[in-house]
Amino acid sequence: MIHPSIIKKQRIIVSTLFVLIVLTMIASLGLGYSSVSYDRILPTIFGHGTFKEEFVLFEIRLPRIIVTLLAGMALAISGAILQGLTRNDLADPGIIGINSGAGLGIAVFFLFFPIDAASFAYMLPLVAFAGALLTAVLIYLFSYKKGIGLQPVRLILVGIGFSMALSGAMIVIISAAERQKVDFIARWLAGNIWGTDWPFIWALLPWLLILIPFSLYKANRLNLLNLSDPVAIGVGVSIEKERVILLLTAVALAASAVSVTGGIAFIGLMAPHLAKALIGPRNQLFLPIAILIGGWLLLFADTIGRNVLEPEGIPAGIMTALIGAPYFVYLLLRK
Amino acid sequence: MKNPNRSLPMLIKFVAGVLVLAASFMTAMVFGAADTTIKEIWLALTSTVKTDTITMIREIRLPREVGAIFVGAALSVAGAIMQGLTRNPLADPGLLGLTAGANAALALIMALSPGAGYLAITIACFIGASVGVILVFGIGALKKGGFSPLRIVLAGAAVSAFLFAVAEGIGLYFKISKDVSMWTAGGLMGTSWTQLKIIVPFILIGMLVAFYLSRQLTILSLSEEVAVGLGQKTNLIKLVLFIVIVLLAGSAVALVGNMAFIGLMVPHIVRMIVGTDYRFVLPMSALFGASFMLIADTLGRTINAPYETPIYAIISMLGLPFFLFIVRKGGKSFT
Repeated sequence: MIHPSIIKKQRIIVSTLFVLIVLTMIASLGLGYSSVSYDRILPTIFGHGTFKEEFVLFEIRLPRIIVTLLAGMALAISGAILQGLTRNDLADPGIIGINSGAGLGIAVFFLFFPIDAASFAYMLPLVAFAGALLTAVLIYLFSYKKGIGLQPVRLILVGIGFSMALSGAMIVIISAAERQKVDFIARWLAGNIWGTDWPFIWALLPWLLILIPFSLYKANRLNLLNLSDPVAIGVGVSIEKERVILLLTAVALAASAVSVTGGIAFIGLMAPHLAKALIGPRNQLFLPIAILIGGWLLLFADTIGRNVLEPEGIPAGIMTALIGAPYFVYLLLRK
Repeated sequence: MKNPNRSLPMLIKFVAGVLVLAASFMTAMVFGAADTTIKEIWLALTSTVKTDTITMIREIRLPREVGAIFVGAALSVAGAIMQGLTRNPLADPGLLGLTAGANAALALIMALSPGAGYLAITIACFIGASVGVILVFGIGALKKGGFSPLRIVLAGAAVSAFLFAVAEGIGLYFKISKDVSMWTAGGLMGTSWTQLKIIVPFILIGMLVAFYLSRQLTILSLSEEVAVGLGQKTNLIKLVLFIVIVLLAGSAVALVGNMAFIGLMVPHIVRMIVGTDYRFVLPMSALFGASFMLIADTLGRTINAPYETPIYAIISMLGLPFFLFIVRKGGKSFT
């Protein structure tokens, strides 16, 4: 039984975050290379804007904002699940190499399959998922030890090794075939949000609509898996099955997000921690908060990155690394 | 464990090492975008004859392969010293922040004084490398009792992610990212005699000092107490060796940019051959590192001639199996 006052606290935090996100979105709508003044935003949304204003808002800025928001949410929940499953505070889809696996999948897809403009955006998350899944399985196998199970620190190390090697593999594959695409991959690795068009949103949205409610539904299982294995078995959780399902969920969420945003790390690390600090470690309480924080963090990072430097901007992945790496060190010290 | 030192006289092993190096050097010289013959190489090295091929060898391929020899040797010796000094089997200049620090410094100096010469850039790399490694070990020292070897690699990964993001951010902000990535990702492309003349002396000095101190390093690598007990000025020796590491790794970055794993792999392979006495490990690492780098560079040039596949991508792919192996093996006694 969860105490009503905590539930109330959670509601307050969630609504505060909602407001924060909406405010950031509005700020982000008005900021950018081509300026649209704030008092023109509302009229434009209601259809009274000039062609230029409509174009800038609806075709350039709004899609980008929505994509970053969704991707941040997906990464946050993926990180939360991974942290719970591995009982490891330092887990994050970017750090442990799942993102690079997704990237390698995309690189291979780019090269060896004819790109069909109509289905391209929808194929990307699938391909990324395949690559990420393969990587996750390999990382799991290499860090699993008979009798001991998963060792947290080793899991992260194996992941770091994989992520370095797979980034290398991506560059080798790409540069072996088409020179023009090397630039694209380099920017993908830096975490440059590039899928900023409506089709990418439609491609990403179904994954989130299915997987986020599913993870929330599984929150209680996650609580139990966080306990020691014997306890979890004792209360009737079929550990192996649940683990596989949740791992698949986490991988799918991360892969679909990075397929449109490029390799972004540290969001999945920070968001769950901040949420836990606000409300405590119970999954059904902190997951929604983590999701919102993740979305907001990435949106915030991208808005800054986009405006620090015009017209190209600093990739969101670099911004999150600048904020996230010191945080990682802090976590490392605290344990 | 049987003592492998006795199975073959040390002299024979070194002769074999030199032969391997000579063979890799010849391979590297013969194969490439334009294949040459051994006779032409001989003429280029010994005579003053001028034909197109011979000039090409003298001005393009020879400096490049000489660069490969010195970089490979420098990184491997630096890795071996780090592993001995920290008694950490996973130590490597690329994994513990040196490379990333040198990169960030390189970007900074290119942004602040665009006309900086090789010497200034090399010195900036030294400073950056020492900042990077001091950050990593400083973080390790903040924790009471220090970090376990595996954790220090995690701190290294976080610091590296941060410093790489800084480097990339500086590059984008000052609109010099093309120039910076020419250095950091260019590998050995465009290595010239002028560059070598400045950087090679640093590497030579570093290696000579390292060889001179190798006996002390062997004692230090056993344990601190033994070293003190034998009357060693441990702090002085540590400081000198630290400067040597920074010299070696900094010059390597100034010449080729990013390069992880090579300083990790080579000393481990060498130890299997000559045992753990650093009087043999260091020179042998230099020989092996140089050959390894030559072979990797030849691969990079020939996989997709006339274009180049970045050498660091090749090395990080080759390095992954070793990394996994050492994490698995080292985890037993070091977690």
